[in-house]
Amino acid sequence: MSSLDLARWQFAITTIYHFIFVPLSIGLALLTAGLQTAWVRTGQDRYLRATKFWGKLLAITFAMGVVTGVWQEFQFGMGWSAYSRFVGDIFGAPLAMEGLFAFFLESTFLGLWLFGWDKLPRKVHLATAWAFAVGTILSAYFILTANAWMQHPVGYTINEATNRAELTNYAAVLTNNTALVALAHTIGVAFLTAGAVMAGVAAWHLARKRHVDVFRPSLKVGLWSAVVAGLILSVSGHTDAQIMTEQQPMKMAAGEALWDTEEECAGFSVFAVGDVEEGRNHINIQLPCMLSFLATGSFDGTVEGINDLQAASVEEFGPGSYVPPVGLSYWSFRLMIGFGLMASAVALVLLFLTRGDRDPPRRWLWTVVTAAMVLPFLGNAMGWIFTEVARQPWTVYGVMFTEDAVSGSVPTWQFATSLALLAVLYGVMAVVWFGLMRRYATVEPASAPTEPEYDPDNPDKPLTFAY
Amino acid sequence: MTLADVWFVLIAVLWMMFFVLEGFDYGVGMNLPVVSRSDTERRVVVNTIGPVWDGNEVWLLVAGAAIFAAFPEWYAALFSALYIPLTVLVIALVLRGVAFEYRGKRDDSAWRARWDVAIVIGSTLPPLLLGVAFANIVRGLPIDADHQYTGTVLTGLNPYGLLGGVTVLAVCFFLGAVYLALKTGGEVRERARGSARIGGAVAAVLAVAFLLWTQWEHGDVASAVLIVLGALALLGSLWFVQQGRDGVAFSAAAAAMALTVVALFVVVYPTVLPSTLDPAFDLTVENASSTDYTLTIMTWVAVPMTPLVLLYQGWSYWVFRRRLTVERIPPAVYAGHPDAPRE
Repeated sequence: MSSLDLARWQFAITTIYHFIFVPLSIGLALLTAGLQTAWVRTGQDRYLRATKFWGKLLAITFAMGVVTGVWQEFQFGMGWSAYSRFVGDIFGAPLAMEGLFAFFLESTFLGLWLFGWDKLPRKVHLATAWAFAVGTILSAYFILTANAWMQHPVGYTINEATNRAELTNYAAVLTNNTALVALAHTIGVAFLTAGAVMAGVAAWHLARKRHVDVFRPSLKVGLWSAVVAGLILSVSGHTDAQIMTEQQPMKMAAGEALWDTEEECAGFSVFAVGDVEEGRNHINIQLPCMLSFLATGSFDGTVEGINDLQAASVEEFGPGSYVPPVGLSYWSFRLMIGFGLMASAVALVLLFLTRGDRDPPRRWLWTVVTAAMVLPFLGNAMGWIFTEVARQPWTVYGVMFTEDAVSGSVPTWQFATSLALLAVLYGVMAVVWFGLMRRYATVEPASAPTEPEYDPDNPDKPLTFAY
Repeated sequence: MTLADVWFVLIAVLWMMFFVLEGFDYGVGMNLPVVSRSDTERRVVVNTIGPVWDGNEVWLLVAGAAIFAAFPEWYAALFSALYIPLTVLVIALVLRGVAFEYRGKRDDSAWRARWDVAIVIGSTLPPLLLGVAFANIVRGLPIDADHQYTGTVLTGLNPYGLLGGVTVLAVCFFLGAVYLALKTGGEVRERARGSARIGGAVAAVLAVAFLLWTQWEHGDVASAVLIVLGALALLGSLWFVQQGRDGVAFSAAAAAMALTVVALFVVVYPTVLPSTLDPAFDLTVENASSTDYTLTIMTWVAVPMTPLVLLYQGWSYWVFRRRLTVERIPPAVYAGHPDAPRE
């Protein structure tokens, strides 16, 4: 394998891995802050116990997100230095702002939240939970403006003398519609992932009739979160598809394995088998006109096909193939939608079945909710695979090819070494993380403290929380 | 003074904050097996930095991202040149970060012992690697006309680079020991003082040697002043440790670290990455920087945000200001077997 292949595998593996923890952290941060708010407002112990229970899973997950994030920032300069040189004037700023606005806020206020139960008045302590949660969203926003610029570069010019992209309008980068819709989609993903996990873990306890006072409200919060997320994801996904069709028509065409332009009423493919060499499908089962609606908002909208877009790209950029891996794009797009819809659908059905104080009619339905925890994680991975793979061969759409972005001065063995080391490390850490999550998800929630934890008159008493 | 100069100064400040704050918490990690004898004592040590280590580490991320944003050429050349050392650095930081969070999560002494090893290794490698890296930034790397690194993975392991590595390691160790003396009580504190005395003596010898070498080869008047002040602060800190004045000792040790980092930036300016092949290939503040437009925006962000961050981070240090002793460590709270909940 070449340095380029290794660097691409490394980027893919580390990014998908990092994103296992990110949406769960964002979602759990918001939901846990919500539960703590319920406790502060109502004074009911069950909300405090729920807050501490979910807070533990949040801390275990957030730690993984933090440490895997270091590599995410460093690898641009390490493995993709040609890219960093070319786009640094634009791309570095959101990363630095993410640090200044978000990372400091998250890390400092998580520390205050975890260790501050006995040090801070109740409302101040609650504010630290929200400051942390806001930090996670700010972090998502800034990194998505950076990624969106790769999907749809705006506010820049190419300096012919230095051969660098230079920023001309940072407001355009921050308000890039590609970024804003991606942020909405990511917040949806965070609510879906955390909601599914909260509901799935609660269902495990409820199936055993354990700690119902804590897990009944947790179940409802989780299910509602996943259902609302389904709406957010559908609306933002539909908007994203229309933006994508306009900004990156090849991505849409590859995602649909649509070889030839459909002037009107393009069908949404559910299952297709095709031949990439020949540029056509052998089998294609479609929902009539649905692609036109998804991609253009109108049932008789035109959707351009791969073969026509390839010809247009050759005319614009010169000879070469501008077609991303169609099979991977097609299936990752489908599976992303499929996994996401399934997760929301399970939540919707269970929300109905558990309305009021009801239990679902069959005990195995609880198990379905628990098993459904895996769906958002699969959907999230598929979503990023689609977004990044179907942009190929570009790393910055229409501006820079991926093959030109890799570090030329780094020998291949170094890429191979880091990839091997990270694969082993990440593999081991995944096992450790999952083991701890399972352990802490299945334990009894701690009982509420008998007296208030905040006691400023007695500063030398034992800590309420310590590593 | 151009905007690029302003950003050079800001980046020096970010690294200075990083080396002082994360410096002492690397030192705390290194001192873990030195100052503690029981699990409760180890928990005293870990919890002195429990609420703050993550915030300290962010200074590294922001310093790195600020180089990317303000000096893309510097970021690209440096980070790709240091590919393997940075890979090791990241692995060390991964292990160290989760170790703090996870070590107390199981009632299993083998589990805790493994995470303690991760804390020690993860706290030792980063200052060593970054020390070697910074010494080599001062000394220069083989950078060609295209600003591409032409050296090997062994190029940085020259005597000056290695001395820089062990110096930063020793100063972090000392800083951590003084921090522990300041933040703990009882026997841990006594051992931390002993560790600070020995560690401080070693750090002083190494630092004086490294700083003299730096001054001799690369220095000017300004760096000479900073280096003398840094050395005095370090020696003063040692003296205050002897006197049992932990607070002053820690401030002096932190000042020594800060002055050393600033001295290195002063020495290298206006170059940001000298080329050992030909001075014409040097990366400088001028030829490595982003456009004025980008730097202007970044300045508008950094000028209000950095003090705000310092304010709330300072507040978190204030909230957790009390000394920790074994008496203040609560019984270990962990999840037992699912069928026999212990919490």
